[in-house]
Amino acid sequence: MSAELQIVLIAVVTAVASSLPGTYLVLRRTALVSDAISHAILPGIVLAFFLTHDLNSPLLLVAAAVTGVLTVVLIEALLRSRLVPEDASIGLVFPALFSIGVILISRYAGDVHLDTDSVLLGELALAPFDQLVVNGVLLGPRALWTMGAILLLNLVVISLAWKELKLATVDPGLAALLGFSPVAMHYTLMALVSVTAVGAFDAVGSILVVALMIAPPATAYLLVDRFAPMLWVGAATAAVSALLGYALAYALDVSIAGSMAAVCGLAFAAALLLAPRRGLVAQARRRSSQRLEFGVRMLLVHLLHHQETDREAEECKVPSLHRHLKWGEARTRQVVREAEGRELVARTGELLRATADGRRLADVAVVGESHSQDPVSQIPDSGFQNPDQPPGI
Amino acid sequence: MDLFGDYTLRLVALGSAVLGATSGALGSFAYLRRQSLLGDAVSHAALPGIVLAFMLTGSKLPLVLMVGAGLAGWIGTLAVQLVVRRSRVPYDSALGIVLAVFFGIGLVLLTHIQKLPNAAQAGLESFLFGQAASLLRRDVVTMMVLGACAVLILVLVWKEFKLLSFDPDFASSLGLPVRRLDGLLTALLVVAIIIGLQTVGVVLMSAMIVAPAAAARQWSRRLAPMVMIAVAIGVFSGITGSILSSSIPRLPTGPTIVLVLSSIVAVSLFLAPRRGLLWRLLNISALRAAPDLDPVLMHLYALSHQHPDDPEHGHPVAVLRTMSPPDVNVESALEGLADRGLAQQTSDGGWAPTPIGRREALRIHEREAGEEA
Repeated sequence: MSAELQIVLIAVVTAVASSLPGTYLVLRRTALVSDAISHAILPGIVLAFFLTHDLNSPLLLVAAAVTGVLTVVLIEALLRSRLVPEDASIGLVFPALFSIGVILISRYAGDVHLDTDSVLLGELALAPFDQLVVNGVLLGPRALWTMGAILLLNLVVISLAWKELKLATVDPGLAALLGFSPVAMHYTLMALVSVTAVGAFDAVGSILVVALMIAPPATAYLLVDRFAPMLWVGAATAAVSALLGYALAYALDVSIAGSMAAVCGLAFAAALLLAPRRGLVAQARRRSSQRLEFGVRMLLVHLLHHQETDREAEECKVPSLHRHLKWGEARTRQVVREAEGRELVARTGELLRATADGRRLADVAVVGESHSQDPVSQIPDSGFQNPDQPPGI
Repeated sequence: MDLFGDYTLRLVALGSAVLGATSGALGSFAYLRRQSLLGDAVSHAALPGIVLAFMLTGSKLPLVLMVGAGLAGWIGTLAVQLVVRRSRVPYDSALGIVLAVFFGIGLVLLTHIQKLPNAAQAGLESFLFGQAASLLRRDVVTMMVLGACAVLILVLVWKEFKLLSFDPDFASSLGLPVRRLDGLLTALLVVAIIIGLQTVGVVLMSAMIVAPAAAARQWSRRLAPMVMIAVAIGVFSGITGSILSSSIPRLPTGPTIVLVLSSIVAVSLFLAPRRGLLWRLLNISALRAAPDLDPVLMHLYALSHQHPDDPEHGHPVAVLRTMSPPDVNVESALEGLADRGLAQQTSDGGWAPTPIGRREALRIHEREAGEEA
């Protein structure tokens, strides 16, 4: 296996493993717990390192995971005291723990390969140099095995506790009522997040953990409406972002973690813009078509109001229409074109008249949908031809 | 180490104090508006701005880098707002995405310029973790000017910001430009954050925003005192942290300041009067230990009916004790009633209700009768 392939594999496995628990975090509105955990595990790792003097000891992972859960317990305890709001309790706990970690490193571990840079930024490019050797047999990069195991663990836990986790996420009240403990589910999830963050921080750094845990699930949240698809779409987005991110980093010779995070952001931005129905473009399109539809209806109301009155020749003439409707000329032209296209109005010379279809639509616009079920043709005087009405609309 | 002799220490302490003051003042508003973690996102989002500013100008002047950082941080807050207003992605996820993605872009840029042949970029990494010892005179001067401007604006627009923080709906009903005020307050917060990046770094900056405010909130229930306490705590932690880290070898300044702050928060959470945990504990046990006065008063009232012509006739404690359940401390209940002027001791050592006590008892009696009806 070439070094590049190993890096790509580690990146994809890490991305998928992170996005799975991340989906729950995004839906539970506790996304920033991932940020807190990925920073706060530092002192746990440092203390475990002091005990074992071995950066590759599995005890480091265990200690870090325990610290992660401890972080959540601390945050919850602060929250339960009702002295600080939730966001502040996160913001109080993790910098304190991170500071302890940094101080421990700089005071007692200045001469080993354990620095804050590598924790925060990660260096995926170095992962292939750390191979797992059992009984003299080369088994491949250690990070790949670790993250593979974590991915498997995430998959197993999520599929075993599928409906419990889903229920506790979507409706904690109902979950409690039905006898599933939302607290147990919460801590199960937090343990998964801790383990994943710990495994991933070593490979890709804690900032990329945050990016991979939040951005792909949030991207999926913009694209799909059901829970299971959100999980898979999120995982796929994460994997693709990791691949593209690696390609970008390779091409530009820059930080792999950084470019993966950037690509995650690009994917999210693309979804934000282009998502069907929810995207900004779809929103803008919907708004402009609503605007056009409203314009057409107002045009019809205006025409019917003046049709067959003395002022018809003045009010319903295309060149002067925009003055009476108090619209811009461009908008007026656009609305008239739309109405003509749908055969709601007919033009004779410069004079515009509503067709039968147009009359029906105007009636809907003024009277409302429910009344318009009666055919308009049966009510010839539906209020539009009243010559007593003052002109000017 | 003495604060007045050592030039570097004096500079670092001054810088940290300025940082503590501005982040204390503006952090209080962020804290009250539930935007504590915005600081975290903004400080991370500032990184690409710093690197880009350097790439475009080639200068490492603090003002240039801070303008870059500020612009990037501000764009970050706009991105968060856009996502929250125009999509269903929740606020915290939006913060997390901006934080990680901007930081990732910053890393890409940073590693890119590190590959360039000239070594002029050295030192930009100090923004990641903060390097207070590298503070120069011009850095501190820039920090002071920016901080003073931010605080001055805060004071000038104080009333509006106060209203915005506590009741934005009322503010907009008064015709205040809520959106613009919100933008201004966020911009000031961004200024407070970029001031601190060089000293404490990206990760720990969020603590500088949250912690002084969280501690100050324990000691005051009014805005102005809270902000002033937060400023004082920020300044104190900045100076104490700088002195500690300079007198103990290999103790980095930023984390030390944050740990000093965190200890102050912990102490405040436990010890602050009224809101503190210890206070709450004592209060609850005092409430538990306090005897229930009403039943004893009602017994006295009932006894006084035995002597319709002399309602102030004294009744022995022993009688009252037989009327009460065995676990009631009748003597202390009587003392409590006497303290409130509801009962009095007669010359023969007995107890009688006062006129006020009889009226109170009648009121309780009627209320209970009303509840039963």
